[in-house]
Amino acid sequence: MIQFHDVSKLFTGKNKEVVALKNVDLTINEGDIFGVIGFSGAGKSTLLRLVNLLERPTSGEVLVNGENLAALSKKQLRTAQKKIGMIFQHFHLLNSKTVFDNVAMPLLLSNVKKSEIEKRVKETLEFVGLSEKVDSYPDQLSGGQKQRVGIARALVTNPSVLLCDEATSALDPQTTISILNLLKKVNAAYNITILMITHEMEVIKEICNRVAVMEEGEVVETGTVLDVFTNPQTKTTYNFVKSIIRDGIPKYVYKDLASEEYKGRVFQFKFLGVSSGKPVISQIAKQFNVEVNVLLANVIELGDIPFGNLLLELTGSQHEMERALQFAADQEVMMKEVTKDGSRIRYYPKRNLGNVVHG
Amino acid sequence: MEVGLDIILNATWETLYMVSVALFFGSIIGIFLGITLVVTRKGHILENKIIFSILNPIVNIFRSIPFIILLVAIIPFTRLIVGTSIGTSAAIVPLVLHIGPYFSRLVENSLLEVDEGIIEAAKAMGATPLQIIRRFLLPEAFASLILSVTTVTISLVGATAMAGAVGGGGLGDVAITYGYQRFDSLTILVTVILLVAFVQVLQSIGNTFERKIRRV
Repeated sequence: MIQFHDVSKLFTGKNKEVVALKNVDLTINEGDIFGVIGFSGAGKSTLLRLVNLLERPTSGEVLVNGENLAALSKKQLRTAQKKIGMIFQHFHLLNSKTVFDNVAMPLLLSNVKKSEIEKRVKETLEFVGLSEKVDSYPDQLSGGQKQRVGIARALVTNPSVLLCDEATSALDPQTTISILNLLKKVNAAYNITILMITHEMEVIKEICNRVAVMEEGEVVETGTVLDVFTNPQTKTTYNFVKSIIRDGIPKYVYKDLASEEYKGRVFQFKFLGVSSGKPVISQIAKQFNVEVNVLLANVIELGDIPFGNLLLELTGSQHEMERALQFAADQEVMMKEVTKDGSRIRYYPKRNLGNVVHG
Repeated sequence: MEVGLDIILNATWETLYMVSVALFFGSIIGIFLGITLVVTRKGHILENKIIFSILNPIVNIFRSIPFIILLVAIIPFTRLIVGTSIGTSAAIVPLVLHIGPYFSRLVENSLLEVDEGIIEAAKAMGATPLQIIRRFLLPEAFASLILSVTTVTISLVGATAMAGAVGGGGLGDVAITYGYQRFDSLTILVTVILLVAFVQVLQSIGNTFERKIRRV
Protein backbone atom coordinates (compact mmCIF):
# COMPACT_ATOMS: atom_id res chain seq x y z
CA MET A 1 0.00 0.00 0.00
CA ILE A 2 1.28 3.45 -0.89
CA GLN A 3 -0.17 6.56 0.71
CA PHE A 4 0.45 10.19 -0.16
CA HIS A 5 -0.57 12.58 2.60
CA ASP A 6 -0.74 16.20 1.52
CA VAL A 7 2.50 15.88 -0.43
CA SER A 8 4.08 18.87 -2.11
CA LYS A 9 7.34 19.11 -3.98
CA LEU A 10 9.16 22.27 -4.92
CA PHE A 11 12.21 22.45 -7.15
CA THR A 12 14.32 25.48 -6.41
CA GLY A 13 16.16 26.73 -9.44
CA LYS A 14 18.51 29.69 -9.72
CA ASN A 15 15.91 32.42 -9.89
CA LYS A 16 12.64 30.60 -9.70
CA GLU A 17 10.81 27.94 -7.83
CA VAL A 18 8.91 25.29 -9.67
CA VAL A 19 6.02 23.60 -7.95
CA ALA A 20 6.09 20.03 -9.19
CA LEU A 21 3.43 18.68 -6.85
CA LYS A 22 0.71 20.48 -4.95
CA ASN A 23 -1.01 18.91 -1.92
CA VAL A 24 -1.34 15.44 -3.35
CA ASP A 25 -3.49 13.00 -1.41
CA LEU A 26 -3.61 9.53 -2.88
CA THR A 27 -3.94 5.98 -1.69
CA ILE A 28 -2.80 3.01 -3.72
CA ASN A 29 -4.11 -0.20 -2.23
CA GLU A 30 -2.23 -3.43 -1.96
CA GLY A 31 -2.55 -5.43 -5.16
CA ASP A 32 -3.69 -2.45 -7.21
CA ILE A 33 -2.47 -1.76 -10.69
CA PHE A 34 -2.71 1.95 -10.29
CA GLY A 35 -2.19 4.24 -13.25
CA VAL A 36 -1.26 7.89 -13.12
CA ILE A 37 -1.89 9.71 -16.35
CA GLY A 38 -1.06 13.24 -17.32
CA PHE A 39 0.67 15.30 -19.99
CA SER A 40 4.42 15.83 -19.68
CA GLY A 41 5.18 18.32 -16.95
CA ALA A 42 2.11 17.34 -14.96
CA GLY A 43 4.30 16.07 -12.12
CA LYS A 44 3.63 12.37 -12.49
CA SER A 45 7.30 11.50 -12.80
CA THR A 46 8.05 13.36 -9.57
CA LEU A 47 5.15 11.59 -7.90
CA LEU A 48 6.64 8.21 -8.80
CA ARG A 49 10.13 9.15 -7.61
CA LEU A 50 8.80 10.17 -4.23
CA VAL A 51 7.78 6.59 -3.56
CA ASN A 52 11.32 5.17 -3.55
CA LEU A 53 12.75 8.49 -2.43
CA LEU A 54 14.72 9.28 -5.55
CA GLU A 55 13.14 12.64 -4.74
CA ARG A 56 12.31 13.87 -1.26
CA PRO A 57 8.97 15.53 -0.58
CA THR A 58 9.17 19.20 0.38
CA SER A 59 6.20 18.74 2.68
CA GLY A 60 3.75 16.01 3.53
CA GLU A 61 4.60 12.34 3.75
CA VAL A 62 4.70 9.29 1.53
CA LEU A 63 4.11 5.95 3.23
CA VAL A 64 5.02 2.64 1.64
CA ASN A 65 3.39 -0.21 3.54
CA GLY A 66 2.98 2.22 6.44
CA GLU A 67 6.64 3.23 6.48
CA ASN A 68 7.81 6.78 5.86
CA LEU A 69 11.01 6.34 3.87
CA ALA A 70 12.02 9.96 4.35
CA ALA A 71 12.37 9.35 8.09
CA LEU A 72 14.80 6.44 7.72
CA SER A 73 18.58 6.49 8.04
CA LYS A 74 20.58 6.10 4.85
CA LYS A 75 21.22 2.45 5.56
CA GLN A 76 17.61 1.68 6.42
CA LEU A 77 16.53 3.58 3.33
CA ARG A 78 18.68 1.41 1.07
CA THR A 79 17.14 -1.69 2.61
CA ALA A 80 13.66 -0.28 2.05
CA GLN A 81 14.52 0.64 -1.55
CA LYS A 82 15.41 -2.97 -2.23
CA LYS A 83 11.79 -3.85 -1.57
CA ILE A 84 10.61 -1.40 -4.24
CA GLY A 85 11.30 -2.40 -7.83
CA MET A 86 11.46 0.15 -10.61
CA ILE A 87 11.43 -0.06 -14.38
CA PHE A 88 12.14 2.73 -16.82
CA GLN A 89 11.12 4.00 -20.23
CA HIS A 90 14.66 3.60 -21.54
CA PHE A 91 15.35 0.44 -19.50
CA HIS A 92 18.64 1.71 -18.00
CA LEU A 93 20.42 -1.61 -18.31
CA LEU A 94 24.18 -1.97 -18.07
CA ASN A 95 25.41 -2.45 -21.63
CA SER A 96 28.70 -3.83 -20.38
CA LYS A 97 26.98 -6.73 -18.60
CA THR A 98 25.11 -9.79 -19.80
CA VAL A 99 21.41 -10.27 -19.16
CA PHE A 100 22.31 -12.58 -16.28
CA ASP A 101 24.62 -10.03 -14.66
CA ASN A 102 22.08 -7.25 -15.12
CA VAL A 103 19.37 -9.21 -13.38
CA ALA A 104 21.81 -10.41 -10.70
CA MET A 105 22.91 -6.88 -9.89
CA PRO A 106 20.40 -6.05 -7.10
CA LEU A 107 21.29 -9.33 -5.36
CA LEU A 108 24.99 -8.71 -5.81
CA LEU A 109 24.57 -5.36 -4.07
CA SER A 110 23.06 -7.17 -1.09
CA ASN A 111 25.92 -9.69 -0.99
CA VAL A 112 23.63 -12.63 -1.63
CA LYS A 113 25.35 -16.00 -1.98
CA LYS A 114 26.44 -16.95 -5.49
CA SER A 115 24.38 -20.16 -5.65
CA GLU A 116 21.31 -18.29 -4.41
CA ILE A 117 21.85 -15.54 -7.01
CA GLU A 118 22.09 -18.11 -9.79
CA LYS A 119 18.85 -19.76 -8.68
CA ARG A 120 16.89 -16.52 -8.30
CA VAL A 121 18.10 -15.03 -11.58
CA LYS A 122 17.22 -18.17 -13.54
CA GLU A 123 13.76 -18.32 -11.93
CA THR A 124 13.06 -14.69 -12.65
CA LEU A 125 14.29 -14.86 -16.23
CA GLU A 126 12.09 -17.87 -16.78
CA PHE A 127 9.13 -15.94 -15.40
CA VAL A 128 9.65 -13.08 -17.85
CA GLY A 129 10.26 -15.54 -20.70
CA LEU A 130 13.90 -14.75 -21.41
CA SER A 131 15.66 -17.92 -20.28
CA GLU A 132 17.43 -18.41 -23.58
CA LYS A 133 18.88 -14.88 -23.56
CA VAL A 134 20.75 -15.29 -20.30
CA ASP A 135 24.18 -14.77 -21.87
CA SER A 136 23.19 -12.05 -24.33
CA TYR A 137 24.09 -8.42 -23.95
CA PRO A 138 21.41 -5.72 -23.87
CA ASP A 139 22.41 -4.31 -27.26
CA GLN A 140 21.62 -7.69 -28.81
CA LEU A 141 18.02 -7.51 -27.59
CA SER A 142 14.88 -5.86 -28.92
CA GLY A 143 13.14 -3.13 -26.97
CA GLY A 144 10.56 -5.50 -25.57
CA GLN A 145 13.22 -7.98 -24.50
CA LYS A 146 15.18 -5.19 -22.83
CA GLN A 147 12.12 -4.21 -20.84
CA ARG A 148 11.67 -7.84 -19.83
CA VAL A 149 15.20 -7.79 -18.48
CA GLY A 150 14.30 -4.57 -16.66
CA ILE A 151 11.26 -6.25 -15.15
CA ALA A 152 13.30 -9.30 -14.15
CA ARG A 153 15.87 -7.04 -12.52
CA ALA A 154 13.12 -5.28 -10.60
CA LEU A 155 11.52 -8.55 -9.49
CA VAL A 156 14.61 -10.46 -8.48
CA THR A 157 14.58 -9.04 -4.94
CA ASN A 158 10.90 -10.00 -4.39
CA PRO A 159 9.64 -6.44 -4.02
CA SER A 160 6.21 -5.58 -2.65
CA VAL A 161 5.84 -2.60 -4.96
CA LEU A 162 6.76 -2.12 -8.61
CA LEU A 163 7.13 1.40 -10.00
CA CYS A 164 6.80 1.79 -13.77
CA ASP A 165 8.11 4.99 -15.29
CA GLU A 166 6.57 5.21 -18.77
CA ALA A 167 7.59 1.58 -19.11
CA THR A 168 6.00 1.08 -22.52
CA SER A 169 6.37 4.54 -24.04
CA ALA A 170 9.43 3.56 -26.05
CA LEU A 171 7.83 0.39 -27.42
CA ASP A 172 5.67 -0.32 -30.44
CA PRO A 173 1.98 -1.10 -29.86
CA GLN A 174 2.33 -4.87 -30.13
CA THR A 175 5.30 -5.03 -27.76
CA THR A 176 3.46 -2.68 -25.42
CA ILE A 177 0.63 -5.18 -25.14
CA SER A 178 3.00 -8.06 -24.42
CA ILE A 179 4.79 -6.06 -21.72
CA LEU A 180 1.47 -5.02 -20.19
CA ASN A 181 0.38 -8.65 -20.13
CA LEU A 182 3.61 -9.50 -18.35
CA LEU A 183 2.94 -6.79 -15.77
CA LYS A 184 -0.55 -8.19 -15.30
CA LYS A 185 1.01 -11.60 -14.70
CA VAL A 186 3.45 -10.08 -12.19
CA ASN A 187 0.58 -8.50 -10.32
CA ALA A 188 -1.46 -11.69 -10.30
CA ALA A 189 1.37 -14.12 -9.48
CA TYR A 190 3.05 -12.19 -6.67
CA ASN A 191 0.31 -9.76 -5.63
CA ILE A 192 2.76 -6.92 -6.23
CA THR A 193 1.27 -3.45 -6.08
CA ILE A 194 2.03 -1.71 -9.36
CA LEU A 195 2.16 2.06 -9.68
CA MET A 196 2.62 3.18 -13.25
CA ILE A 197 2.83 6.57 -14.81
CA THR A 198 2.10 7.07 -18.45
CA HIS A 199 0.73 9.50 -20.98
CA GLU A 200 -0.84 6.68 -22.96
CA MET A 201 -4.49 6.04 -22.31
CA GLU A 202 -4.17 2.61 -23.94
CA VAL A 203 -1.94 1.48 -21.09
CA ILE A 204 -4.40 2.54 -18.39
CA LYS A 205 -7.27 0.99 -20.31
CA GLU A 206 -5.44 -2.28 -20.75
CA ILE A 207 -4.34 -3.17 -17.24
CA CYS A 208 -5.12 -0.60 -14.56
CA ASN A 209 -7.94 -1.02 -12.08
CA ARG A 210 -7.62 2.46 -10.63
CA VAL A 211 -6.41 5.68 -12.13
CA ALA A 212 -5.44 9.19 -11.14
CA VAL A 213 -5.36 12.07 -13.59
CA MET A 214 -2.74 14.73 -12.99
CA GLU A 215 -2.52 18.27 -14.20
CA GLU A 216 -0.05 20.96 -13.20
CA GLY A 217 1.12 19.14 -10.10
CA GLU A 218 -2.31 18.26 -8.84
CA VAL A 219 -4.40 15.12 -8.88
CA VAL A 220 -7.55 16.37 -10.57
CA GLU A 221 -9.44 13.11 -10.71
CA THR A 222 -9.12 9.70 -9.18
CA GLY A 223 -11.24 6.56 -9.07
CA THR A 224 -11.78 3.26 -10.77
CA VAL A 225 -10.83 3.24 -14.41
CA LEU A 226 -14.45 2.64 -15.35
CA ASP A 227 -15.78 5.60 -13.36
CA VAL A 228 -13.14 8.01 -14.52
CA PHE A 229 -13.34 6.94 -18.15
CA THR A 230 -17.06 6.81 -18.54
CA ASN A 231 -17.79 9.96 -16.65
CA PRO A 232 -14.87 12.36 -16.91
CA GLN A 233 -15.21 15.43 -14.70
CA THR A 234 -12.43 17.60 -16.07
CA LYS A 235 -11.36 18.73 -19.52
CA THR A 236 -7.98 16.99 -19.20
CA THR A 237 -9.55 13.67 -18.35
CA TYR A 238 -12.03 14.08 -21.16
CA ASN A 239 -9.20 14.68 -23.61
CA PHE A 240 -7.42 11.53 -22.50
CA VAL A 241 -10.59 9.50 -22.65
CA LYS A 242 -11.28 10.87 -26.10
CA SER A 243 -7.97 9.43 -27.28
CA ILE A 244 -9.33 5.91 -26.85
CA ILE A 245 -13.08 6.35 -26.88
CA ARG A 246 -14.05 8.30 -29.90
CA ASP A 247 -17.24 9.83 -28.60
CA GLY A 248 -17.06 13.09 -30.47
CA ILE A 249 -20.01 13.84 -32.75
CA PRO A 250 -19.11 13.89 -36.46
CA LYS A 251 -19.70 17.26 -38.09
CA TYR A 252 -22.14 15.93 -40.68
CA VAL A 253 -24.56 14.96 -37.91
CA TYR A 254 -24.92 18.60 -36.89
CA LYS A 255 -25.26 19.57 -40.53
CA ASP A 256 -28.10 17.07 -40.97
CA LEU A 257 -29.80 18.19 -37.77
CA ALA A 258 -29.68 21.81 -38.86
CA SER A 259 -31.49 21.13 -42.16
CA GLU A 260 -35.25 21.76 -42.35
CA GLU A 261 -36.21 18.44 -43.91
CA TYR A 262 -34.44 16.31 -41.32
CA LYS A 263 -37.02 14.20 -39.49
CA GLY A 264 -34.95 11.98 -37.17
CA ARG A 265 -33.48 12.50 -33.76
CA VAL A 266 -29.91 11.59 -32.87
CA PHE A 267 -28.93 9.96 -29.60
CA GLN A 268 -25.67 8.99 -28.05
CA PHE A 269 -25.91 5.65 -26.23
CA LYS A 270 -23.27 4.58 -23.77
CA PHE A 271 -23.31 0.96 -22.69
CA LEU A 272 -21.52 -0.08 -19.57
CA GLY A 273 -20.50 -3.50 -18.48
CA VAL A 274 -23.01 -6.25 -19.20
CA SER A 275 -25.54 -4.11 -21.05
CA SER A 276 -23.23 -3.78 -24.02
CA GLY A 277 -23.47 -7.53 -24.33
CA LYS A 278 -27.25 -7.37 -24.63
CA PRO A 279 -28.82 -6.85 -28.01
CA VAL A 280 -30.50 -3.57 -27.00
CA ILE A 281 -30.39 -2.06 -30.45
CA SER A 282 -31.96 -4.98 -32.27
CA GLN A 283 -34.65 -5.23 -29.60
CA ILE A 284 -35.50 -1.56 -29.99
CA ALA A 285 -35.90 -2.07 -33.71
CA LYS A 286 -38.02 -5.20 -33.20
CA GLN A 287 -40.24 -4.19 -30.31
CA PHE A 288 -41.01 -0.61 -31.25
CA ASN A 289 -42.10 1.04 -34.39
CA VAL A 290 -38.93 3.03 -34.91
CA GLU A 291 -36.23 3.04 -37.53
CA VAL A 292 -32.73 2.68 -36.08
CA ASN A 293 -29.72 3.82 -38.01
CA VAL A 294 -26.23 3.41 -36.52
CA LEU A 295 -24.14 6.48 -37.34
CA LEU A 296 -21.11 5.57 -35.29
CA ALA A 297 -20.15 2.63 -33.09
CA ASN A 298 -17.24 1.99 -30.83
CA VAL A 299 -16.83 -0.75 -28.24
CA ILE A 300 -13.72 -1.10 -26.11
CA GLU A 301 -12.77 -3.01 -23.02
CA LEU A 302 -11.88 -1.14 -19.84
CA GLY A 303 -10.09 -3.72 -17.80
CA ASP A 304 -12.45 -6.65 -18.25
CA ILE A 305 -15.57 -4.56 -18.65
CA PRO A 306 -16.87 -3.74 -22.10
CA PHE A 307 -17.77 -0.15 -22.78
CA GLY A 308 -19.71 0.83 -25.86
CA ASN A 309 -20.39 4.14 -27.44
CA LEU A 310 -23.00 4.40 -30.19
CA LEU A 311 -24.45 7.23 -32.14
CA LEU A 312 -27.97 6.32 -33.30
CA GLU A 313 -30.44 8.04 -35.53
CA LEU A 314 -34.04 7.25 -34.60
CA THR A 315 -37.03 7.99 -36.74
CA GLY A 316 -40.64 7.27 -35.90
CA SER A 317 -43.64 8.67 -34.02
CA GLN A 318 -43.09 10.65 -30.86
CA HIS A 319 -44.83 8.02 -28.73
CA GLU A 320 -42.93 5.03 -30.11
CA MET A 321 -39.67 6.88 -29.77
CA GLU A 322 -40.29 7.66 -26.09
CA ARG A 323 -41.17 4.04 -25.41
CA ALA A 324 -38.00 2.88 -27.15
CA LEU A 325 -35.89 5.29 -25.17
CA GLN A 326 -37.52 4.21 -21.95
CA PHE A 327 -36.74 0.61 -22.83
CA ALA A 328 -33.11 1.48 -23.44
CA ALA A 329 -32.93 3.35 -20.14
CA ASP A 330 -34.27 0.26 -18.37
CA GLN A 331 -31.33 -1.67 -19.81
CA GLU A 332 -29.06 0.80 -18.03
CA VAL A 333 -27.90 2.60 -21.11
CA MET A 334 -26.69 6.16 -20.60
CA MET A 335 -28.31 8.45 -23.13
CA LYS A 336 -27.74 11.89 -24.44
CA GLU A 337 -29.67 13.53 -27.23
CA VAL A 338 -27.66 15.36 -29.80
CA THR A 339 -29.25 18.65 -30.81
CA LYS A 340 -28.12 21.10 -33.45
CA ASP A 341 -26.85 23.58 -30.85
CA GLY A 342 -24.77 20.96 -29.05
CA SER A 343 -25.50 17.96 -26.88
CA ARG A 344 -27.96 18.19 -24.10
CA ILE A 345 -28.08 15.64 -21.36
CA ARG A 346 -31.29 13.74 -21.02
CA TYR A 347 -31.67 11.16 -18.31
CA TYR A 348 -34.49 8.69 -18.46
CA PRO A 349 -36.30 7.55 -15.33
CA LYS A 350 -35.39 4.18 -13.92
CA ARG A 351 -37.57 1.13 -14.29
CA ASN A 352 -39.98 1.58 -11.36
CA LEU A 353 -40.77 5.16 -12.27
CA GLY A 354 -41.05 4.17 -15.92
CA ASN A 355 -43.68 1.61 -15.01
CA VAL A 356 -45.75 4.33 -13.37
CA VAL A 357 -45.55 6.64 -16.35
CA HIS A 358 -46.46 4.00 -18.86
CA GLY A 359 -48.93 2.22 -16.64
CA MET B 1 75.61 7.31 -36.82
CA GLU B 2 77.78 8.26 -33.86
CA VAL B 3 75.83 6.35 -31.24
CA GLY B 4 76.07 2.61 -30.87
CA LEU B 5 73.31 0.11 -30.60
CA ASP B 6 73.92 -0.22 -26.86
CA ILE B 7 73.04 3.44 -26.31
CA ILE B 8 69.87 3.12 -28.34
CA LEU B 9 68.83 -0.05 -26.50
CA ASN B 10 69.59 1.50 -23.16
CA ALA B 11 67.60 4.60 -24.06
CA THR B 12 64.69 2.46 -25.20
CA TRP B 13 64.72 0.67 -21.90
CA GLU B 14 64.82 4.01 -20.04
CA THR B 15 61.86 5.28 -22.00
CA LEU B 16 59.89 2.11 -21.29
CA TYR B 17 60.79 2.32 -17.62
CA MET B 18 59.75 5.96 -17.27
CA VAL B 19 56.53 5.48 -19.21
CA SER B 20 55.39 2.39 -17.32
CA VAL B 21 56.23 3.57 -13.81
CA ALA B 22 54.80 7.05 -14.43
CA LEU B 23 51.73 5.48 -16.01
CA PHE B 24 51.17 3.25 -13.01
CA PHE B 25 51.27 6.03 -10.43
CA GLY B 26 49.71 8.57 -12.77
CA SER B 27 46.75 6.25 -13.36
CA ILE B 28 46.15 5.77 -9.66
CA ILE B 29 46.13 9.54 -9.12
CA GLY B 30 44.15 10.15 -12.32
CA ILE B 31 41.44 7.59 -11.63
CA PHE B 32 41.07 8.68 -8.03
CA LEU B 33 40.97 12.39 -8.95
CA GLY B 34 38.71 11.78 -11.95
CA ILE B 35 36.16 9.81 -9.93
CA THR B 36 36.23 12.44 -7.19
CA LEU B 37 35.72 15.23 -9.70
CA VAL B 38 32.67 13.42 -11.07
CA VAL B 39 30.91 12.27 -7.92
CA THR B 40 31.39 15.51 -5.97
CA ARG B 41 29.97 17.74 -8.66
CA LYS B 42 26.56 19.33 -8.29
CA GLY B 43 23.71 16.85 -8.31
CA HIS B 44 25.94 13.77 -8.30
CA ILE B 45 25.98 10.91 -5.82
CA LEU B 46 28.43 12.49 -3.35
CA GLU B 47 27.89 16.15 -4.11
CA ASN B 48 30.46 18.16 -2.17
CA LYS B 49 31.01 21.76 -3.15
CA ILE B 50 34.13 22.22 -1.01
CA ILE B 51 36.04 19.22 -2.34
CA PHE B 52 35.04 19.93 -5.92
CA SER B 53 35.95 23.60 -5.82
CA ILE B 54 39.37 22.81 -4.33
CA LEU B 55 40.27 19.93 -6.66
CA ASN B 56 38.99 21.45 -9.87
CA PRO B 57 41.37 24.47 -9.93
CA ILE B 58 44.30 22.36 -8.71
CA VAL B 59 43.85 20.04 -11.69
CA ASN B 60 43.62 23.06 -13.97
CA ILE B 61 46.84 24.53 -12.58
CA PHE B 62 48.79 21.33 -13.18
CA ARG B 63 47.26 21.01 -16.62
CA SER B 64 48.35 24.51 -17.59
CA ILE B 65 52.00 24.34 -16.51
CA PRO B 66 54.21 23.29 -19.47
CA PHE B 67 55.96 20.04 -18.64
CA ILE B 68 59.47 21.43 -19.11
CA ILE B 69 58.71 24.11 -16.47
CA LEU B 70 57.08 21.62 -14.10
CA LEU B 71 60.13 19.42 -14.42
CA VAL B 72 62.45 22.02 -12.92
CA ALA B 73 59.92 23.81 -10.72
CA ILE B 74 59.30 20.82 -8.49
CA ILE B 75 62.94 19.77 -8.06
CA PRO B 76 62.79 20.21 -4.25
CA PHE B 77 59.71 18.02 -4.10
CA THR B 78 61.34 15.42 -6.34
CA ARG B 79 64.36 15.33 -4.05
CA LEU B 80 62.05 14.80 -1.11
CA ILE B 81 60.34 11.84 -2.76
CA VAL B 82 63.16 9.92 -4.49
CA GLY B 83 66.17 11.45 -2.72
CA THR B 84 67.72 12.87 -5.89
CA SER B 85 66.78 15.44 -8.49
CA ILE B 86 68.62 13.94 -11.45
CA GLY B 87 68.38 10.66 -13.29
CA THR B 88 65.65 8.47 -14.66
CA SER B 89 63.86 7.92 -11.36
CA ALA B 90 63.89 11.63 -10.64
CA ALA B 91 62.18 12.27 -13.96
CA ILE B 92 59.32 10.00 -12.97
CA VAL B 93 58.05 12.31 -10.22
CA PRO B 94 57.26 15.26 -12.51
CA LEU B 95 55.95 12.83 -15.13
CA VAL B 96 53.43 11.50 -12.62
CA LEU B 97 52.38 15.00 -11.56
CA HIS B 98 52.05 15.96 -15.22
CA ILE B 99 50.07 12.95 -16.33
CA GLY B 100 47.88 12.38 -13.24
CA PRO B 101 45.79 15.55 -13.58
CA TYR B 102 45.62 15.11 -17.36
CA PHE B 103 44.36 11.57 -16.93
CA SER B 104 41.86 12.72 -14.30
CA ARG B 105 40.19 14.97 -16.90
CA LEU B 106 39.94 12.05 -19.32
CA VAL B 107 38.50 9.80 -16.61
CA GLU B 108 36.05 12.57 -15.73
CA ASN B 109 34.91 12.78 -19.36
CA SER B 110 34.53 9.01 -19.65
CA LEU B 111 32.47 8.76 -16.47
CA LEU B 112 30.27 11.69 -17.39
CA GLU B 113 29.40 9.90 -20.63
CA VAL B 114 27.65 7.16 -18.66
CA ASP B 115 23.90 7.56 -18.99
CA GLU B 116 22.42 9.27 -15.93
CA GLY B 117 19.57 6.80 -16.04
CA ILE B 118 22.01 4.04 -15.05
CA ILE B 119 22.79 5.95 -11.88
CA GLU B 120 19.11 6.47 -11.23
CA ALA B 121 18.50 2.74 -11.63
CA ALA B 122 21.38 2.05 -9.25
CA LYS B 123 19.95 4.41 -6.65
CA ALA B 124 16.54 2.82 -7.01
CA MET B 125 18.15 -0.55 -6.25
CA GLY B 126 19.51 0.87 -3.01
CA ALA B 127 23.16 0.85 -4.09
CA THR B 128 25.70 2.66 -1.91
CA PRO B 129 27.80 5.41 -3.55
CA LEU B 130 30.82 3.10 -3.62
CA GLN B 131 28.74 0.37 -5.23
CA ILE B 132 27.49 2.84 -7.81
CA ILE B 133 31.07 3.75 -8.70
CA ARG B 134 32.36 0.19 -8.73
CA ARG B 135 29.41 -1.74 -10.14
CA PHE B 136 27.85 0.82 -12.46
CA LEU B 137 30.03 3.80 -13.42
CA LEU B 138 33.40 2.10 -13.94
CA PRO B 139 32.13 -0.97 -15.87
CA GLU B 140 29.98 1.19 -18.14
CA ALA B 141 32.88 3.57 -18.83
CA PHE B 142 35.49 0.82 -19.16
CA ALA B 143 35.88 0.87 -22.95
CA SER B 144 36.20 4.61 -22.96
CA LEU B 145 38.69 4.44 -20.07
CA ILE B 146 40.89 2.08 -22.06
CA LEU B 147 41.11 4.65 -24.84
CA SER B 148 41.96 7.29 -22.24
CA VAL B 149 44.79 5.15 -20.90
CA THR B 150 46.09 4.79 -24.44
CA THR B 151 46.03 8.55 -24.98
CA VAL B 152 47.76 9.15 -21.66
CA THR B 153 50.46 6.57 -22.42
CA ILE B 154 51.21 8.21 -25.74
CA SER B 155 51.40 11.62 -24.08
CA LEU B 156 53.86 10.12 -21.61
CA VAL B 157 56.08 8.88 -24.44
CA GLY B 158 56.21 12.47 -25.70
CA ALA B 159 56.85 13.91 -22.25
CA THR B 160 59.76 11.56 -21.54
CA ALA B 161 61.67 13.24 -24.36
CA MET B 162 61.95 16.27 -22.14
CA ALA B 163 63.17 14.24 -19.20
CA GLY B 164 66.68 14.71 -20.60
CA ALA B 165 66.63 18.13 -18.95
CA VAL B 166 67.08 16.45 -15.60
CA GLY B 167 69.29 13.66 -16.91
CA GLY B 168 66.42 11.27 -17.22
CA GLY B 169 67.71 9.63 -20.36
CA GLY B 170 65.43 7.88 -22.80
CA LEU B 171 65.04 8.03 -26.57
CA GLY B 172 64.15 11.71 -26.69
CA ASP B 173 67.24 12.55 -24.73
CA VAL B 174 69.41 10.62 -27.17
CA ALA B 175 67.80 12.45 -30.08
CA ILE B 176 68.61 15.82 -28.57
CA THR B 177 72.06 15.27 -27.07
CA TYR B 178 73.51 13.01 -29.75
CA GLY B 179 71.41 13.93 -32.73
CA TYR B 180 70.47 17.61 -32.47
CA GLN B 181 73.40 18.97 -30.53
CA ARG B 182 75.99 17.03 -32.56
CA PHE B 183 74.28 17.49 -35.93
CA ASP B 184 73.77 13.74 -36.36
CA SER B 185 70.62 13.47 -38.44
CA LEU B 186 70.74 9.71 -38.61
CA THR B 187 70.46 9.39 -34.82
CA ILE B 188 67.49 11.72 -34.84
CA LEU B 189 65.90 9.65 -37.58
CA VAL B 190 66.44 6.34 -35.79
CA THR B 191 65.10 7.57 -32.46
CA VAL B 192 62.12 9.25 -34.08
CA ILE B 193 61.30 6.06 -36.00
CA LEU B 194 61.49 4.13 -32.74
CA LEU B 195 59.18 6.63 -31.01
CA VAL B 196 56.70 6.50 -33.89
CA ALA B 197 56.70 2.69 -33.75
CA PHE B 198 56.13 2.91 -30.02
CA VAL B 199 53.11 5.11 -30.42
CA GLN B 200 51.67 3.02 -33.24
CA VAL B 201 51.92 -0.16 -31.24
CA LEU B 202 50.40 1.45 -28.15
CA GLN B 203 47.48 2.88 -30.10
CA SER B 204 46.75 -0.44 -31.81
CA ILE B 205 46.82 -2.29 -28.50
CA GLY B 206 44.47 0.31 -27.01
CA ASN B 207 42.08 0.12 -29.95
CA THR B 208 42.06 -3.67 -29.93
CA PHE B 209 41.24 -3.82 -26.24
CA GLU B 210 38.55 -1.18 -26.56
CA ARG B 211 36.89 -3.05 -29.45
CA LYS B 212 37.03 -6.26 -27.54
CA ILE B 213 35.33 -4.70 -24.54
CA ARG B 214 32.70 -3.06 -26.71
CA ARG B 215 32.24 -6.38 -28.51
CA VAL B 216 32.45 -4.94 -32.06
